[in-house]
Amino acid sequence: MTQTVDERPTPTTAPALEVREGRKSFGAVHALRGVDITVRAGEVTALVGDNGAGKSTMIKCIAGIFPFDSGKVLVNGAPASIHGPGQASAAGIEVVYQDLALCDNLDIVHNMFLGREMKKGLRLNETAMETKAADVLASLSVRTVRSIRQQVASLSGGQRQTVAIARAVLWNSKIVILDEPTAALGVAQTEQVLQLVRRLADAGLAVLLISHNMNDVFEVADSINVLYLGQTAAQVRTSDSTRAEVIELITSGAPSTGEAVQPRRDRPATSTTTNGSRPE
Amino acid sequence: MSPTATESPSSADQLASRKHTPIERVQHILHRNPALSPLLVLVLAVIVFGIVADNFLRPEALSLMVQQMAVVGALAVGQTLIILTAGVDLSIGMAMVLASLVMAKLNADQGVPGFIALLIGIVVAILTGLLNGILVTRINLPPFIVTLGTFSIFTAISLLYAQGQTVTLDPDAFLLVTGKTISIGSVSVTWGVLLMLLLYLVVGFALSYTAWGRHLYATGDDAEASDLAGIDTKRVRLSAYVVAGIAVGIAAWIVCGRVGGADPNAGLNYNLLSITAVVIGGTSLFGGRGLVVGTLIGALIVQVFQSGLALAGVDPNYQVLATGILVILAVSVDQWIRRVKA
Repeated sequence: MTQTVDERPTPTTAPALEVREGRKSFGAVHALRGVDITVRAGEVTALVGDNGAGKSTMIKCIAGIFPFDSGKVLVNGAPASIHGPGQASAAGIEVVYQDLALCDNLDIVHNMFLGREMKKGLRLNETAMETKAADVLASLSVRTVRSIRQQVASLSGGQRQTVAIARAVLWNSKIVILDEPTAALGVAQTEQVLQLVRRLADAGLAVLLISHNMNDVFEVADSINVLYLGQTAAQVRTSDSTRAEVIELITSGAPSTGEAVQPRRDRPATSTTTNGSRPE
Repeated sequence: MSPTATESPSSADQLASRKHTPIERVQHILHRNPALSPLLVLVLAVIVFGIVADNFLRPEALSLMVQQMAVVGALAVGQTLIILTAGVDLSIGMAMVLASLVMAKLNADQGVPGFIALLIGIVVAILTGLLNGILVTRINLPPFIVTLGTFSIFTAISLLYAQGQTVTLDPDAFLLVTGKTISIGSVSVTWGVLLMLLLYLVVGFALSYTAWGRHLYATGDDAEASDLAGIDTKRVRLSAYVVAGIAVGIAAWIVCGRVGGADPNAGLNYNLLSITAVVIGGTSLFGGRGLVVGTLIGALIVQVFQSGLALAGVDPNYQVLATGILVILAVSVDQWIRRVKA
């Protein structure tokens, strides 16, 4: 029996990240017309949806690249105003972008601290950065890189992804958003990155994983949030759902059978999202 | 965060250790050390010219070479910063001429004290950099086009301001200090040479050991990635043009000392020579890779070829030919190094 997240027993602590009724337009294009998501600490929440459903737009809004036009973002239950990447970082939100945002000409340590270097007076504090980078990589059980002074250009896709993820957790972040981390990886490296994603959640972080790949999603996610044409179709527990149900939600915005997923109760009737019809 | 996993290394771990062919190794070493190939060229050139021209290795000849490259050397520091951001400055020589004219004319014609005239000249040089930088970063114009335009603008302003006349300074003027020599035995350096070397030290330190330097390299390599990492890349690029302006101001002071004043027609060669020095010095025209020490070596290589060929009694036109071949070789090597594989 699939349930929406709102029908779960009231948790003792507020979710690490919550978005309610997030909307975003670019001119006449309504990219997001009401998205809701709940991301809990210690869990991997997958964000799925077809191409153009608004996944990337949604995480860019959460990350402050461009803010939501309207709607609420709650961090640990408290309303957060995020209008830039700096404010997102300050709120404990880190994003690992699909294009990784690593500079090929710098080594692993420099990339991990890029834009937030540790300094000793005027000079960079290379020793401190190196130590901290090594600690974080060790805490993530990353043993695949030969030297943390290796240039990123010489790393494999999986290693680059690992560095990007390590950078995201370097800052005592509470919420880590991963945009298609396995899209460009082979089988072995995908497995490695998924294990890393699981370890992040097991270590108590709230992980939001954007993915196209149902195998990945069902392997690591605790909860699955489905976007359909810029709206949230449903958020379901992985253990309570089947692939067929989730794929039906992705492709039609509605559950395959009437009783599988109930409409979200906190939504006004005019913007019911489970049936895919839009109020216009 | 606590270490949790104890699983054995997966097959992906083995990907890290792939064997390289000897040529790939060379490519890797050159990729990691951008100043290495120019250093080899310099050593080779000095040895060859030392054999071909018997007076080449005399201390007097070597001292003169270093004195002659001081102006290009100082300008090339600024050019390096701009090229590291994947830009280029075609106006840098004329900006220097304009600044040197301001210094010399204020001092010689208006009787402004030398030190004040120097400061005003440096401010003019910084303003030229600021203008280029604003046009490139705020109006988003390609650096090539912007500086092609400002090249003409600075040329016109210089000629109008000087009315086409060369400015000659009093031999004891403060502005000519950069041309005064200090001799130790038969080796002699000018204050201009020391000033240039100081510029290399300061900028080299800033590039390698400060966050600003790190941001400059990051921006030059991948501006989008740097933006996502929270770096204000527009500001970083603007700062490169402004700091280059300071180098231009110092080069203007050095050129005053070399020519005993200021010449509105002197700038043409300096634009291209500064780019030549940077490129031969192993800095990539595509940004993000290179070192100022490489540029210093590059400027020395250009000078060694010019002086060496002259001392060997070769037709001066071959000096120009040699410079041209060097530039094309240097860019070809850079392209090859950039294709480095993991």
